[in-house]
Amino acid sequence: MSSRADAARVATPSMKLLPDKLTRMMFGLAVLIFLVTPLVLDDDFWMTVLANAGAFAVASIGLSILTGFTGQVSLGHAALLTIGGYTVGYFGADHGWPMWAWMLAAILIGALVGVAIGPFALRLKGNYLVVVTLALVFITGYVVENWTSVTGGFDGKSVNSASLAIGPVDFGELHIFGRDFSREQGIFYLCWIMVALTALVGRNIIRTRPGRAMRAVRDRDVAAEVIGVSNARYKIAAFAISSAMAGLGGALYAISLRFISPSNPAAELFLSIRFVAIIIVGGLGTIYGAVIGALLLGPLPELVQEFAGLFDFTIPIVDRPLVGDSPADNGIFSAASFSEILFGVLLVVFLIFAPEGIAGMIRRLRRRLAGRSNVDPDNVSDN
Amino acid sequence: MEKFFQLFVAAIALGGIYALIALGFVVVYKATGTFNFAQGGFVLLGAYLVYQFGDDWSLPFFVALILAMVVMAGVAAGIERVVIRPMINGPPFTIVLITLGVLLIIEQAVRTLWSEPAYVLTTPWGNGVTEVAGVSIRHVDMWTVGFATLVLGGFFAIFRFTTIGIAMRATAFDQEAAAAQGIKVGRSFSISWAIAGAVAVVAGAMLTSRTGSVLTPGLSFIALRAFPAMIIGGLDSPGGAVAGGVVIGVVEVMALGYLDFDWIGSGFEVVLAYVLMIIVLLWRPNGLFGTRAVQRV
Repeated sequence: MSSRADAARVATPSMKLLPDKLTRMMFGLAVLIFLVTPLVLDDDFWMTVLANAGAFAVASIGLSILTGFTGQVSLGHAALLTIGGYTVGYFGADHGWPMWAWMLAAILIGALVGVAIGPFALRLKGNYLVVVTLALVFITGYVVENWTSVTGGFDGKSVNSASLAIGPVDFGELHIFGRDFSREQGIFYLCWIMVALTALVGRNIIRTRPGRAMRAVRDRDVAAEVIGVSNARYKIAAFAISSAMAGLGGALYAISLRFISPSNPAAELFLSIRFVAIIIVGGLGTIYGAVIGALLLGPLPELVQEFAGLFDFTIPIVDRPLVGDSPADNGIFSAASFSEILFGVLLVVFLIFAPEGIAGMIRRLRRRLAGRSNVDPDNVSDN
Repeated sequence: MEKFFQLFVAAIALGGIYALIALGFVVVYKATGTFNFAQGGFVLLGAYLVYQFGDDWSLPFFVALILAMVVMAGVAAGIERVVIRPMINGPPFTIVLITLGVLLIIEQAVRTLWSEPAYVLTTPWGNGVTEVAGVSIRHVDMWTVGFATLVLGGFFAIFRFTTIGIAMRATAFDQEAAAAQGIKVGRSFSISWAIAGAVAVVAGAMLTSRTGSVLTPGLSFIALRAFPAMIIGGLDSPGGAVAGGVVIGVVEVMALGYLDFDWIGSGFEVVLAYVLMIIVLLWRPNGLFGTRAVQRV
């Protein structure tokens, strides 16, 4: 089979938003689960955990576009979430802006910061760029601590009063068909609607001309420049898009947490590494991989904390439980440490043994299933 | 003027600390081309090991230090062998991401193994101070500068004069060509990581001793401040790491000494190092002493 024919066949289906029947079915199923979950799982803890995962998914899609499609590693993602969080705190809660306005503000401010990083991406390569994105974490932390009139300094600030209404629909207190929804349920819907919109935007970017240009920049930047793909334009665009999505994700995360306060740069760095783990485990170079990663890994700290009590049997030799469910409880690991270690182990294990992540596993599974049917194995979408 | 000299001594000592931390990064980068984020974790774990051997097991300090260096060299080489080596020919940023995962694991492992919030690390120099011409010099600072000089000199000697050093340089230059010449590429990797681990112990002990001898997991965060030093000097230049460390040390100490706190706010010294780094990078993208990257089209 000639490589040209291969290329043509792979390129054509990926132009479609939902390339084949199975993808359409899975998408329909996801929408159904989204609509039903809050009705079945009417529990504030779970709603908040899933809403947080949604906020993480929005930000992860951004990082996936930057790292997976444009090949730029960033350790500054957590800083951009922080910026998004304070944007909703300042404009939404302090100044009473309507929801569409503070969302737009979070997106635009995120994008602006991304554009500011862009020129470094042009001048610096690889490791140097990674450390510059790390600088963003330190600089943001400094600004947050010292610009107290906007951020509230060390005391942090409540974002509870930010409006969640758009038109007649108020996600803070939803009424649908005479049924009242809690604030947590409303925020769950809000977050996952934004995940769907972000995924749509992301998918549209990567399956059209800009997406191909970004991949060209990722794979061979000089060659891309030679055939007329401007490195400057697409690297800066990738940082802007990724940062805008991180800003939106951060705003949603703050809304879900109700409160934002500064955390130290080390914690911010670890949050950034968690985002890297999310997109690696989910699968680089896919949008749905980022969403799956965020759904599985995003809630890990909360889940470890919640379920530590279930594993309270003691380990024989050391005579202590594996994870303490409270700081006083004498577990081998604290819940926070255990979840961080899980992130680290998952990141390393996936990079070594399954670098294509869960999306890659799904792709292989579909190829195998498709092997005996009339579905062309190469037609399985790569994106 | 006395204030200036006082600050200058403090600046050189701080620079020495940053240089010690940065040298651990540089040796791995120079020999293997790996940007090792886990070095901050090595510094943290190294300091706790010195505490464990010296204070907890009551060994003499220098015995504890050397024992910790040996253990840490083994840990670092082991980590390289298990999680880095398999990925050497993988996609470029995979290894950087793996070292981030390792950093996460080491940091939490330390919090798990030593669960008290803080420990006190006892050192022979303690809080001793010597007055020279009206300027007081802390003994820990003298030791730091001494160690930094020793490590730098050792690097220079190893890279320049020993067979192992030449093998490491050849490996860094071109792995395949080095292997074709009969150089054991794997051994170069192991040795460079082992050296990084051992140097991290010294850096960790000195850093702890310098910041009041109180050992907390926050140490790895201070170690992150050495990044700008390394970047300013150039990733593959040991001399550059020292120069970068001193530059950051001087700027940081002078800024804290002469600028008004109300104006600069809290945490300014951390940001300053990074801002300085960004300015240098815009001017020279490979640092002051780094090798300019040549790209083949």
